[in-house]
Formats: sequence, C-alpha cells, structure tokens
Amino acid sequence: MPTNVIMPQLGESVVEGTISRWLVREGDRVEKYAQLLEVSTDKVDTEVPAPVSGTVLKIYFPEGATVRAGTVIAVIGQPGEAAPDRPGTVDLHAEPGHAAEVEASAPAAAPPPPRDLGRISPVVARIAREHQVDLYQVKGTGREGRITKQDVLAYIAARDQAAQAPAPTPAVQPAEELAPWERPGSGDLFKPTDELPLAEPPKPPAPSPVTAPAGPAEELIPHSRLRRLIAEHMVASKRTSPHVTTVMEADMTAVVAHRAAHKAQFAAQGVNLTFTPYFIQAIVAGLKAVPRANAVWREDGLLIQRRYHIGMAVAVEDGLIVPVIHNADELSLLGLARQVNDLAQRAREGRLKPDEIKGATFTLTNHGTSGSLFATPIINQPNVGILGVGAIQKRAVVISRGHPIEPSAEDYIAIRPMAYLSFTFDHRVLDGAAADAFLAVVKRTLEEWR
Amino acid sequence: MAVKNIVETVRDTLAEEMRRNPRIVIVGEDVGPRGGVFRATQGLYDEFGPHRVIDSPLSESSIVAVGIGMALHGLRPVCEIQFADFIFPAMNQIVNEAALMRYRTNGAWTVPLVIRAPYGGGIGGGLYHSQSIEATFAHFPGLYVVTPGTPYDVKGLLRAALQAEDPVLFLENKKTYRLVKGEVPDEDYIVPIGQADVKRRGRDLSAFCYGLMLHECLKAADDLARDGIEVEVVDLRTIQPLDKAAILESVSRTSKALIVHEDNLSFGVGAEVAAIIAAEAFHDLDAPILRYGGPDVPGVPYSPPMQSFFMPDARRIAQAMRWLAEY
Repeated sequence: MPTNVIMPQLGESVVEGTISRWLVREGDRVEKYAQLLEVSTDKVDTEVPAPVSGTVLKIYFPEGATVRAGTVIAVIGQPGEAAPDRPGTVDLHAEPGHAAEVEASAPAAAPPPPRDLGRISPVVARIAREHQVDLYQVKGTGREGRITKQDVLAYIAARDQAAQAPAPTPAVQPAEELAPWERPGSGDLFKPTDELPLAEPPKPPAPSPVTAPAGPAEELIPHSRLRRLIAEHMVASKRTSPHVTTVMEADMTAVVAHRAAHKAQFAAQGVNLTFTPYFIQAIVAGLKAVPRANAVWREDGLLIQRRYHIGMAVAVEDGLIVPVIHNADELSLLGLARQVNDLAQRAREGRLKPDEIKGATFTLTNHGTSGSLFATPIINQPNVGILGVGAIQKRAVVISRGHPIEPSAEDYIAIRPMAYLSFTFDHRVLDGAAADAFLAVVKRTLEEWR
Repeated sequence: MAVKNIVETVRDTLAEEMRRNPRIVIVGEDVGPRGGVFRATQGLYDEFGPHRVIDSPLSESSIVAVGIGMALHGLRPVCEIQFADFIFPAMNQIVNEAALMRYRTNGAWTVPLVIRAPYGGGIGGGLYHSQSIEATFAHFPGLYVVTPGTPYDVKGLLRAALQAEDPVLFLENKKTYRLVKGEVPDEDYIVPIGQADVKRRGRDLSAFCYGLMLHECLKAADDLARDGIEVEVVDLRTIQPLDKAAILESVSRTSKALIVHEDNLSFGVGAEVAAIIAAEAFHDLDAPILRYGGPDVPGVPYSPPMQSFFMPDARRIAQAMRWLAEY
C-alpha cells in the first residue's frame, strides 16, 4: 500500500508551507528518514524526511508551490504500484483513523458547502440548533429542495439510530495499522507539528484535591462566600472581555484646591468630602463624551446606556464590594459626596441593600488609597470599562508654555499633586483611540476643575 | 340519540331551555306565529305564548335595545336578527350599550343577552342576505362571538350562551341550517365559550376554520388524505375570545397553518389567528402562514357563477393545503 507524504504543520499557527526544493525525483528509491524535500514557511525552514523506505511514485507539487498543511504532496510505495492522479489532504485535526480525503484546493478543515441551503424556516433552524445538526448534511425534499421540518427530523432519527448501531468498519485503515506519519499528533518521530490542536482544548491541570490536608507549615483557610463570588467574577470577566489598560496622568492641583476650599463647608453639612466624588463626576463627563464606554456588549449589538450608574469598589474585610451610585449625572458634588460616604460606610458594615450593588454601568476603583500608583483593574461585568485611580503624589513635573517636546526657555519644574488614571476597557467594544478619548476627557475634567 | 340538522337543533334547544327557565323570552321579526323565516322558532309561540315569543317591528335597533332592557331587568332575552346583514342598525346598541355595560358600571351591571343571527353566503341570497359579520363584532371586547358549525356544538354553545352573564352574538351559518346533520345527545351538556375543537387530527398542517368552512375543510382534508397528507382541522367554534392555547398547540405539532373563512380575507379572523401564530409560535413554523377567505369585494354576488367564485370551496381549499404541505 503506498504511503502518503504530507505537508507537515510546522507550528501551531502555520497553516501552509512552500516546497523550496525537492531532494528526490519520481522513481527514486529512498530510505526511511532520508531527506525528501525542503519546506519553508514564514516562521521556519526545515527538511521533511521519508516516512518509509520505497520508491517515490508520484510528486504532486513542483518546487515553489505553496500548499496547506495536511495536503498530500507525494506518494512512496513499491515500484509499479499505482498512485492516485490527484492529491488529497489529510485532516490534521481529525481523529486518528478518520482522515478525510478532499480536494487539495479545498480548506483542510471542511469540504466546501455542497449547495446553497436556501431559506431555512424558523422551526428547522431551531431543531438544527437544539440537535446540533449541520444542515448541509440534510437532504431537502420541500419546494425547490427546501429543507423541511420532516427532513431535519428524519435526519436526526437516522443519525440517532446510526449512533446506537455498532460502529461500521471504517473505510480507512484503523489507526493501529497506519504509519506513524499518517497519524497526526501521535507524538511519534514524524509528528508533523510540535503540537496539533485537539478538537477540544486540553483541560487545565486538575486542581489539588480538596481533601488533601494542609502540611505542617501550611494553613487552609476555607473560602468565604464573598471570596468565592469575587473569584468567580474575576475569572468570568477575564474570560469574557479582552482587557486592555491605558494609563494617563492627571494634574490634581485644581481638584486639591477645590477640595481644600470646600472641605469645611461640606463638613458643616455632615459630609466628608473625599476625592471620590470628583472622580465620579469626571467619569460621567468622559462617558457622555464617549457613550460607547457606557454600554453593554451583546451578541445582537452594543447596548448604549443613557443612565450613568457608577459602581465604586470598596474594600471590605476579606474582599471588596461594589456599591452603585445611581444616576450619578444628576447629583451635585455635595450629593455625590454624601452618597459616597453613606455607601462606603454601609458597605464596610455589611448593610447594603441588594439594589445598591446592582446596575452599575461603569466602575471606579480607587486603588490609590492603599498607596498603589497604577494598576490594571479587572472589568466589573457587564461594563465596558473600569477606571483605576492611583495615589495622589506630589511630583516634580515639567510645565511648559513652549514646545511640548523640544527644549524651551519657558520650561520650568513645578511640584504638583499628580495621579495616574488607569482605564481598563473591553477591546471588543472600544479601540485604543476611543478609550484614550474617554480617558482624556476624565483627565481634562479633573485638571480644569472649577 | 337523535340525528338533527342545525335549525332543528336551534329550535329544540330553545324550547328545552324555555321550558326549564321561565325568564327566557324571544324577540324578533316574524318569530311568533310564523316561527321565523328559517323556522328556528317554529312552535314556540304556540307553546309559550305571546308574552315569551314576541314579534317585533322591523327595527333591529329596537329589538336589541328591548333585549338589553329586559336583560337589565332580570330576563334572559334571545333576540333574533332575521339576517346578519340587517344587524348594523343595532350596532350602536350592541357595541355601545350591551358590550360596554359591565365595563362602564365597574361590574355592577351585566347584560345577559343572546343575539342570534343567521350569516353567510352560498344560498343565492345576494348582497343583503349573505354577509359574514363575525370579524366586525369580534373587534369589540365585551361581546362573545360564537360560530358553531355542527348540531352538537350548536346545542352545547347555545346552552352556554343562555347561561353567560354577558352578551353573546350567536352566529348560525345559514347554509349549514339544513345541509349539516349530526347526532345531538338528549342529555344536558355544555360546550364552553372560548374552546376550539380538533375535528380531525393530522400531522402535516393545521387548518383553522369555523361554520360552513369547517365542512369544506374536512372535505379537502379527505381529498389530501388520499395522497397521504394528514391535515389537522381545528374548528375554532368561538371567534371572541379565540382559543389561543389550542391554536398554538396544533401549530407546534404541524408547523404549518392555514386559516379559512368565507368572510372577506382582509382584517378578519384569519389575520388575527395568523398574528397569534407569528408572535407566539414563530420558532415552530416551517412555512408561511396562509389565509384563504372570500375575496375583498363589497358583497356576496347574486349571480350564481360569481357567487361560486366568491365562496371558498373544498377544491380550492385543497389547493392551498397542498401548496402548504409541499412547501
């Protein structure tokens, strides 16, 4: 039986290779492991050895040809043995022993759709989805070949019956009888790639069993409910959104001055004026300038929210909680400050009502209170973004009315209260430019506070 | 069990209920000694006398108005509109008085009134004796509209109507009066208002119909069955309120729906049923929802060939069913 020589997959993301040089010709005798050809890809150049000893029966592609990984490029067998006229491909991702042979020009993964499916009725679409039916496999008997409900039900019935029947003898040789070369991902010498992607992603290593006792120098602290919730939210968020963090620096001089001027006045009304209300107002200004930052990603579209409910991360014992200031855009600085005081206080006392931790459209985390300069916060789902505010520090900064980069006689060094603003955003929704536009408005609002 | 036609069933049911309930009175044109133009009240004048079977003037508005007054005073009037075509002078009484009463008195007053009206074409009645009015009146909440199509359902629904606390427009298809016969049990039974009935089970498509069209649909279904196409025929029986659950249940199995009525196609029962299906059974649909009804012309023509053109019949219904089955 002739043995196929296939184009190896020379790396995980490398889907094709170019035959740079054939080292043998049709009719040549080759020994197993002898070099057959040189292959180059955009990442690597390599030589491909012969999978078996024998005669090169057929070479399908000339030098210079670029073919997809998995394509049969030559056949080695006994002299006089017949080789197919047209090359096929081996589905590198298929189960061993079920290599599909399709035309070389087709993508290796799936054959081209055999036909136009035409219109699919709602019930057929629903049944197909519920039963994971590939409608291209279903023969349509309705008007102009339309796939009817009966067609898809009959297909499912036949499929289920086939699944229950004993597996038929596979058309190709069972895996054990295939040359290692033809068993993609077998881990053998001729494994054509470093690691073939499997149908299912490999499972992460099993977590250490919960029953394992803590060692002598260890202590096992059982998870609190809050800890578990935080863990779930963090992991789910990272899995849901591609996180990107962009950082700007704000000169807080105006805000610090404003706060100093109003602190006593607010205190007289029983309100402790912190920096948080300023950041919230600056966020609202940013969200109004870039509405896409105040949104929810949905599969059917981006839901822009015209309410501004700002979540505010508050550290509590063994975790953090995010009370929400609803309709923050409608509150004065005094009203915001009062709510911030109240929510933070009750968050620490564990006395928040369920509605008070729901509905945030954007979130603020003030990690600077514990000395952090900047951070890469995790998005509070389903928000598009979260703003992290670093510690306000006096720093020496260069102020200039002259050229922004080149040396200028108008440059001088000043001592200013500065804070880094770290904005983490969902890259599905915002690109860097839009994210920076939001952050620039936040920065400008703080710097030009009046 | 007796086999009766529809008009006999109406008359016998009225007589039985009048014997039982002395509050039932009949008001209408020629309902007395003449026994009604269709003989639906024949013999009732002789049995119950002129105080319970009352000949009215040729004034539909007053027939219904008198009925409303009687109902408010504790009687159970049955008003007969000689032909449904003539009901429109009574429209204001029906819509603005009878149908509104419970609502405008916050439930303090109700109008337990039955209005019987023969409707439908195909009997050579021409423009003024052939109309279908069910869609017009079904538009007004506060009024029940029932359209039984078999003797069994006529008795059961008429008895339900005579027990209802609100006005019931009891529509009798006049072509079925003597054409449709069926067994009518002697015992008392009720067909509840608002309940459809599957008259024939099938898996391939659902045909929703009532009245005369029930029988045309059953004939068409027989025809298709010879080709192995199983049509489910659902008799709506009540138009207002429609039996939504039965409609959706049937379509969820067959995934195809055809609605048939002899009333004009547009803005009718077909549109309402189609909208219910589209809104609530969308993911069960395997074909467009079809309506088949009388053409949108102002009246049922008198000329026999034109009348035949107007009236949906089994042959053309079967064509629509076939189209749907083969979709």
